[in-house]
Amino acid sequence: MFSQLIINGISSGSLYALVALAMVIIYKASEVPNFAQGEMATLSVFVAWHFVNAQFLPFYQAVAAALLFAFAVGVLFEFTVLRRAEKPSILELIVMTLGLQMFIYGIIGWKWGAEQKTFSLPIAEDSVVQLGPVVIGWLNIITIATSLLCVLVLYLFFTRTKLGTAMRAVQMNSTAARINGIRVHRIMSLTWGLSAVIGTIAGILFAPVSPLDPQLMWDPLLKGFAAGVLGGMTSPFGAVLGGYILGIIENLFGAYISLEFKSVVAFALIVLVLWFKPSGLFSRHYERKV
Amino acid sequence: MNDFFTVTGLTRTFGGVVAIDALDFAQKKGSIFSIIGPNGAGKTTLFNCISGIYRPDSGEICFQGRRIDGLKPDAIARHGIARTFQNLELFFRMTTMENLMLGRHIHMRTNIWHGLTMFHKNSTAAREEAEHREKVEHIIDLLDLQSARDVPVGALPYGRQKLVELGRALALEPSLLLLDEPSAGMTSDERQDLFFWIKDIQQELGVSILMIEHNMQMVMDISDRVLAIDFGKKLVEGTPEEVAAHPEVIKAYLGED
Repeated sequence: MFSQLIINGISSGSLYALVALAMVIIYKASEVPNFAQGEMATLSVFVAWHFVNAQFLPFYQAVAAALLFAFAVGVLFEFTVLRRAEKPSILELIVMTLGLQMFIYGIIGWKWGAEQKTFSLPIAEDSVVQLGPVVIGWLNIITIATSLLCVLVLYLFFTRTKLGTAMRAVQMNSTAARINGIRVHRIMSLTWGLSAVIGTIAGILFAPVSPLDPQLMWDPLLKGFAAGVLGGMTSPFGAVLGGYILGIIENLFGAYISLEFKSVVAFALIVLVLWFKPSGLFSRHYERKV
Repeated sequence: MNDFFTVTGLTRTFGGVVAIDALDFAQKKGSIFSIIGPNGAGKTTLFNCISGIYRPDSGEICFQGRRIDGLKPDAIARHGIARTFQNLELFFRMTTMENLMLGRHIHMRTNIWHGLTMFHKNSTAAREEAEHREKVEHIIDLLDLQSARDVPVGALPYGRQKLVELGRALALEPSLLLLDEPSAGMTSDERQDLFFWIKDIQQELGVSILMIEHNMQMVMDISDRVLAIDFGKKLVEGTPEEVAAHPEVIKAYLGED
């Protein structure tokens, strides 16, 4: 029973980890929590659904197209909206992401309506693997494996590639990055694109266990945000760990204490973290960029 | 007369305040050119205009025959102009090595795929990385930074942080190096070393140096030419001896008698 709960916790934690990761990448570069991230992901999942159902593309091609689409949306938002603002304050940035959120929410409702659809992976949903006393659904295995793979690829990307290193440099000190010849604007656009892709991967993994409607990502986004805060918003490593921890705690709480209040746990955790360790569990102290 | 680096009629205002006022000067290739002046004279504003952080209101900046005024900082870096800052601009959480490797950004070519799949020593990315590392190790040796190589820069003492910033600027392999008060905050020993290194950088690496410096001893000993400015205007320009003998400079630095 216990190990079963842990596995399920890790599975939902994988989604929170991806959402948190997408959020932290943006937060470190632009110093703004991207409230539109959920809608950006939802839109891309709808695009994938549209390709599968209306265009009759095979699943994997539809997903690839949706990821490309997500990347384009991220890049386009940075390029057409954020970059046009002259020295925006944090509040102005937040308002811009909220504006984008409502804009995309409206577009989804207008294009696909509010009725619920289903978007599932091309596997038998109830197929399971028996590991001793633990039963793991294939969906859970795929979710966990995909998120681990994403984390690994991102780790290699940020530490080994020229582009990833440049992204970290921009996040740390954009003036220094600039005078070393790094094209900061281009890096910002690509960062938004990358974040949108990660968010969309989370969305595609979440869609099979939830009805596909315009509110698809509301819950995972809030949980992912909580995971990010738990891990300290400035640390990708912390965000991933925060995601897994939140998933596990939530599942244990739901089973042993109260199923009704299961989804409130995340927010109780945010409050506790902000109370006792405002910089998050895994973050080094927050340095203000000047 | 010379087309290496020239500034002509450069003006930059902030609101109603004129920070740089129709400034002209020219630097010869391979020389050390120092700028002196009291605080608020517009020295750092001048550097910010040259390196593209500020846009000049009017005037021209030409480097190796090309106009560079109004370009973005990253474009200016790619023209071969590197700089350091009065208040260090470093990647404080990265090590000295990583900071210097970032200085090589404009020289790196490997694409994402090669970077992601760098699993053995003979891969394209690994070979290119080794090339850049060698250049960076050379700079680390030159500036005596071996003991700081793998330390996060934020944990180093101030004098060494200044050297890391100098090293990162060198890693860009600039033709022109802008140093904003390189000796400020250094101990007299560190200053002595810095003096020789700047000479080395000029003579062995053939880098031209444009320097803002308050330490008059160093300015007089090291510079080929000196420009004194005040209120954004040229006071006097000439050899160190000429500038030191100018009554306005004597007034500013030694006080009136």
